[in-house]
Amino acid sequence: MSDILFLFQQTMFFFIPLLIVALGGLFSERSGIINIALEGMMIIGAFAGIFFIHFFQQSMDPQICLLVALLIAGLSGTLFALFHAIASINMKADQTISGTALNMFAPAFCIFVARLVQQTQQVEFSNTFRITKVPVLGDIPFIGEFLFQNTYITNFLGILILVLSWLILYKTRFGLRLRSCGELPQAADSAGINVYKIRYAGTLISGFLAGMGGLIFIVPTSTNFNADVAGYGFLALAVLIFGQWKPWHIAGAAFFFGFMKTIASAGLPFLASLSIPNYFYKITPYVATLIVLAFTSKNSAAPRAEGEPFDKGKR
Amino acid sequence: MENVIEMRHITKVFPGIIANDDVTIELRKGEIHALLGENGAGKSTLMSVLFGLYQPEKGEILKNGHVVQINNPNDANNLGIGMVHQHFKLVHNFTVLENIVLGAEDTKHGFLYMKNARKKVEEISQRYNLKVDCDALISDITVGMQQRVEIIKMLYRDNEVLIFDEPTAVLTPQEIEELMQIMRDLAKEGKSILFITHKLNEIKEVADRCTVLRKGKYIGTIDVATTTKEEMSEMMVGRKINLTTEKTESHPTDDILVVKNLSVSKKGHKNPVNNISFSVRKGEIVCIAGIDGNGQTELVQAITGLMPILNGTILLNGKDITHASIRQRNVSGISHIPEDRHKHGLILDYPLSYNLVLQRYFEPQFSQHGFLKFEEIEKYSEKLIEQYDIRSGQGSKTIARSMSGGNQQKAIIAREIDKNPDCLIAVQPTRGLDVGAIEYIHKQIIRERDEGKAVLLVSLELDEVMNLSDRILVIYEGEIVGEFNPKEITVQELGLYMAGSKRGDTNEKAV
Repeated sequence: MSDILFLFQQTMFFFIPLLIVALGGLFSERSGIINIALEGMMIIGAFAGIFFIHFFQQSMDPQICLLVALLIAGLSGTLFALFHAIASINMKADQTISGTALNMFAPAFCIFVARLVQQTQQVEFSNTFRITKVPVLGDIPFIGEFLFQNTYITNFLGILILVLSWLILYKTRFGLRLRSCGELPQAADSAGINVYKIRYAGTLISGFLAGMGGLIFIVPTSTNFNADVAGYGFLALAVLIFGQWKPWHIAGAAFFFGFMKTIASAGLPFLASLSIPNYFYKITPYVATLIVLAFTSKNSAAPRAEGEPFDKGKR
Repeated sequence: MENVIEMRHITKVFPGIIANDDVTIELRKGEIHALLGENGAGKSTLMSVLFGLYQPEKGEILKNGHVVQINNPNDANNLGIGMVHQHFKLVHNFTVLENIVLGAEDTKHGFLYMKNARKKVEEISQRYNLKVDCDALISDITVGMQQRVEIIKMLYRDNEVLIFDEPTAVLTPQEIEELMQIMRDLAKEGKSILFITHKLNEIKEVADRCTVLRKGKYIGTIDVATTTKEEMSEMMVGRKINLTTEKTESHPTDDILVVKNLSVSKKGHKNPVNNISFSVRKGEIVCIAGIDGNGQTELVQAITGLMPILNGTILLNGKDITHASIRQRNVSGISHIPEDRHKHGLILDYPLSYNLVLQRYFEPQFSQHGFLKFEEIEKYSEKLIEQYDIRSGQGSKTIARSMSGGNQQKAIIAREIDKNPDCLIAVQPTRGLDVGAIEYIHKQIIRERDEGKAVLLVSLELDEVMNLSDRILVIYEGEIVGEFNPKEITVQELGLYMAGSKRGDTNEKAV
């Protein structure tokens, strides 16, 4: 039992950031803009958030400090995404190249700024954000133990974002318009929708979520930030594809990958007696990614106009 | 009668081409006004100007006598102007209802509210007899229904000026008949309709007046009832057009293409092509006639190698090509004018010159040691452009996508005929084209026959079938149900075979 609890809580550390970042990618790609810059946006977001925590965590309540840091991470991700939006929407640049450029720029920028402000490139912080037990809810047998003990506020935020994303995409006017821009922008245009604005919105939301996701990934798993989010932005892209560009599928995919990551880092406690070499656990997420994508990418549901700069006159 | 819309002295210039040159058109309330012209005459451009997709360099637009500025589709929509585009603007994975409301959605507490919209759509669909299924996905419904969705989209926005951009190009004959009725009903209800077309029959059938454009210039506006088709086509093309094709008796000799017991399978369906046998001889045009979806597409794709076959054999000049690759078939003498010119005919984002050597770039004439000889390709392309009168903005360098449908088709025909094939397979070669282009293409096909090629023609248009073929094979549900001499059968009788209500026992004879 405690093994399962341990695996579950470990999985959450990977699941939640993957989920949020992949949902970020979802908003951008469903509006028609490929976003492979998720990694870079995560790095920028995590950097800004951790920097804030580094300077202000002594003088603030930890939960409030984390919430403010999340907001800052999101906003800096948004700002960073603005470059991608300008390049790919206004200037009709190749979106893959623009994304790659941002991915290369982000860690370099973080190292540069960190060294400028302090001597080292690592930004230290201490993890004071764990909630040992949520009052009342934490006392519910079983469920309380799983969901409301030893948890982070970001876990709930992640689930909230999932539900909101689904509602926004499928139940609101904005969502309907966003999706139409990713499939057939000419249809949206002839219905009087401003494709450029919608694509801006999609890309910026994507930056906000990815920036936040970067911080959420770093906080529970580390005590310093070294301009790196361990390829999670790319993993989130895989989650997005495996999740067929649909919010609930993405949640399932993120959980699957999160679980695989957990196996890689912690092994399976109940298999400890078999003493399987560590390497086997370590390769599981990558092997799983290869296998899963090889089998599922065939029935890809990618938005049809993804990656194409909008051209009014296209026949 | 009052004019709902007046477009005065409109001039619109694109790089390398004057699409509209001082064009004036008036639309009266409640009339169906046809806009006639060849492909590339500037009809679609003029309507796109009215719909706010393009801004004209010169000229003004008046709505109910007042000058208006139409900068985007929203402006057009606010003025009650709606448009059904030639290529439908429907999102494939949205439902019918979602597509209709897109851009004009109701919301309640911040969420989409579809109830009123659904009611309104149902009312419209009742009133104008436009049957649609609100909850079906666009990708699951027929082209005819997609068009009805587009029409409802306009009516949902209470538009009173309706623009139809070549609405019949993609429809079956029955669907065209229905559409004509719908247009009449709409006009009766006081809607004013602008109807872009190059089909004279349709103009005769529904339009009140007709404005003719040629090469971007205004030629004139005529009263349809008092003008003959011949007069209209002359205005459109600028010379006399022969509406019936002239050809001599055919003298077929040896078998070129022989198909024996060919079947094609399809997952979850009955075989779209079932045990078909026939042959095409040197110097004859054999036409496969049938209603769309009876296996024509699969039959042709099996012969050209685009689709695997279940069993049977295909012989070309006595050589078995049943398992040959597509390129082997191409180089051994098959030319293919495909049904879907965008999908199988051209690489839309390549320049014209590359498209013209698409099946020949590897020949020594065009490449050496694996490198393309650009000058040779250019030269060859210029030659074909000249010889086949392919019109385009920037000659060889024109991106295929930017060309008009007729000129795209001319490019494919030039490429396929210039290969000097033994067997030419043409699938709906004149689909969506104007009389000038049709006349031209028919002439080319007959010339190929006279030069001793075997021609296999697949067509849905009975006029074309009767005019062009030397022998007609009727296909119904994947089988050949009759073989006829066009001189000995009437269109009506042919129609009965195509609909499956009559069946000949000529299948064996055809081999």
